[in-house]
Amino acid sequence: MKLTKIALLFGLTALVPTFASADTLAQVLKKGTLNCGVSTGIPGFSATDSKGVWKGIDVDFCRAVASAVLGDASKIKYIPLTAKERFTALQSGEIDVLSRASTWTATRDTSLGLNFAGVNYYDGQGFLVNKSLGINSAKELDGATFCIQAGTTTELNLTDYFKANNMEYKSVTYDTSGQTIDGFKKGRCDAVTSDASQLYGLRLKMKDPSSVKVLPEIISKEPLGPVVRQGDDVWFNVVRWTLFALLEAEELGVSSMNVDKMLKSDNPSVKRLLGTSGKAGENLGLKSDWAYQIVKNVGNYGESFDKHVGKDSPLNIDRGLNNLWNKGGLMYSMPVR
Amino acid sequence: MPVYTMKETKPAPSTSKGVVFWLRENLFPDIKNSLLTLTGFYFLYLAIPPLLTWMIFDATWSGTQEEIVNEGARWIFIIEKFDQFIYGFYPESLHWRPNLVLLITVLFLGSFKFVGNIKVKIVAILTYPFICFVLISGGWFGLETVGTEKWGGLMLTLVVAAVGIIASFPIGIVLALGRQSDMPIVKTLCIGFIEFIRGVPLITILFMASVVLPLFFSDGIDFDKLLRALIGITLFQAAYIAEVVRGGLQAIPKGQYEAAKSLGLGYWQGMIFIILPQALKISIPNLVGSFISLFKDTTLVLIIGLFDILAMVTLTNSDTLWLGYEIEGYVFVTFIYWVICFSMSQYSKSIERKFNTEH
Repeated sequence: MKLTKIALLFGLTALVPTFASADTLAQVLKKGTLNCGVSTGIPGFSATDSKGVWKGIDVDFCRAVASAVLGDASKIKYIPLTAKERFTALQSGEIDVLSRASTWTATRDTSLGLNFAGVNYYDGQGFLVNKSLGINSAKELDGATFCIQAGTTTELNLTDYFKANNMEYKSVTYDTSGQTIDGFKKGRCDAVTSDASQLYGLRLKMKDPSSVKVLPEIISKEPLGPVVRQGDDVWFNVVRWTLFALLEAEELGVSSMNVDKMLKSDNPSVKRLLGTSGKAGENLGLKSDWAYQIVKNVGNYGESFDKHVGKDSPLNIDRGLNNLWNKGGLMYSMPVR
Repeated sequence: MPVYTMKETKPAPSTSKGVVFWLRENLFPDIKNSLLTLTGFYFLYLAIPPLLTWMIFDATWSGTQEEIVNEGARWIFIIEKFDQFIYGFYPESLHWRPNLVLLITVLFLGSFKFVGNIKVKIVAILTYPFICFVLISGGWFGLETVGTEKWGGLMLTLVVAAVGIIASFPIGIVLALGRQSDMPIVKTLCIGFIEFIRGVPLITILFMASVVLPLFFSDGIDFDKLLRALIGITLFQAAYIAEVVRGGLQAIPKGQYEAAKSLGLGYWQGMIFIILPQALKISIPNLVGSFISLFKDTTLVLIIGLFDILAMVTLTNSDTLWLGYEIEGYVFVTFIYWVICFSMSQYSKSIERKFNTEH
């Protein structure tokens, strides 16, 4: 009898993987730390500095969530994940939020039991070429030779783009991204193609970074954003509005430098964001100073961008699509009201 | 009557001793071998000088990135990231703890050959893993707890390899004995386990441990990822050890088994005092070979997001301030691997000599 029970138990658990659901917000508050899934090293997004401290805009997002929920950006356990295990780690409850440069696609959003909470970086496939080619646009790349990593979606996108524009290309195929950039370095090809955010990192790996440049064209959509488990709407709201708070703060000109002064601001939008009026924090299940803590500890979205991937970092990526909606980009926060 | 006087020994002719002789005998005995020697030297000439130039003469050993002028290796990268390569994210103020473990390990291995008392040995073997675990992980005796997500670099590589080696050894022996056993169920189970594990690659087992297993635990059970990987590696290695030990067991003549029985020894007594000491002794080279390959296999943990020393190369190279130093990183890691694997094989040779009772 006992044996059959045990067998049944094992049989059942084997059939129905338990997706951790429950109340993530309460759990995080109870343990006092946020388990945040990051990458195993993507320059500018999540990587460690020489002291072993995690840095990057994805890491800043983890810190923002921890600030909003716990009021302390250091109470985070970073769980480095490879691309293959990231979603399982979230499903199984090993992490509370995944902030690992993950592209928001329909399949992922609908079939994995996950929800994308927003977009914190609009990426897309771009081109890196030698300046000596004298090319200023991807449209001039007809007949060029590309170094390509075999079997990736980048290859398919490239083929589509060239077909659509009635152009032709030759390709040299490699197995890994390291070999691909090596081939480019050695002059086996005229151009490399990859996600634009990667290209800026690759550019810095060249002996003379100024000899190459990233072309302005982006030929695919790769919206990267934080991910949470499906079915926990309270936590989903917290993560989504953390992202909005980062954007809203930039839009309102609230930064880590002036946030204390801004507490006395008369601007009603600022007051609602920083919790001096309104109930935004309480409604989220957080303290009223949730957004103040985010901006104080992490800064606004623009600060984080500039520091890790933008003009104050060696990557020096142009804001482009990642600028605010009123400055020509796509970053748009729903009003905190 | 003739008188015989001893003649002074003459020096051997120059054609059968000395440098010239050695060269002729070993490098230029005939035309074919001479050609091979010359070709070999030519390849060495092609490879060695540029390598030395890159690694030593043209290398940058100190200063900052801006000051790099030479074309050679930029070892300042290794110096800058040294702590991460060795300790991972282990807090800097606590580095003495892994250091102490290393010291204990070296003393342990070094003194083991000279201690005769078997009881002391057994106590040492049983307490050693416990001491090391407490020191590295903390949480006992007032030591600050350091979570496994902070372990990394060479330290993690050694922890994974050591646990894999130490824990798999007894399991492997039991499995080998089980496979030789007369009891059908035990035998079938052991064969099934061994053949199943040997039939899948280590990478599959690691993926199972990291990706599939967590789905079967209910909420809130935080089953450490490193622990999962360690269990996977230990089971994997145990299957291989079992086969190596089985080879040793089969090489022992049947007379030894019968001799043990005729002395009135039971199964375990006979195994422990007569069969296993001989079987393990002749298995040493294969065991060490298996351990060395395990040591190198531990790098596979990088695919489940654990930062062993090899994975550190990628991570340290994604710091935006230090991009593009992969080659230096890989050369450094290669060197460390070589030193450790070479030491392991030398240590095994010395054990073999010690246990060599053939006359």
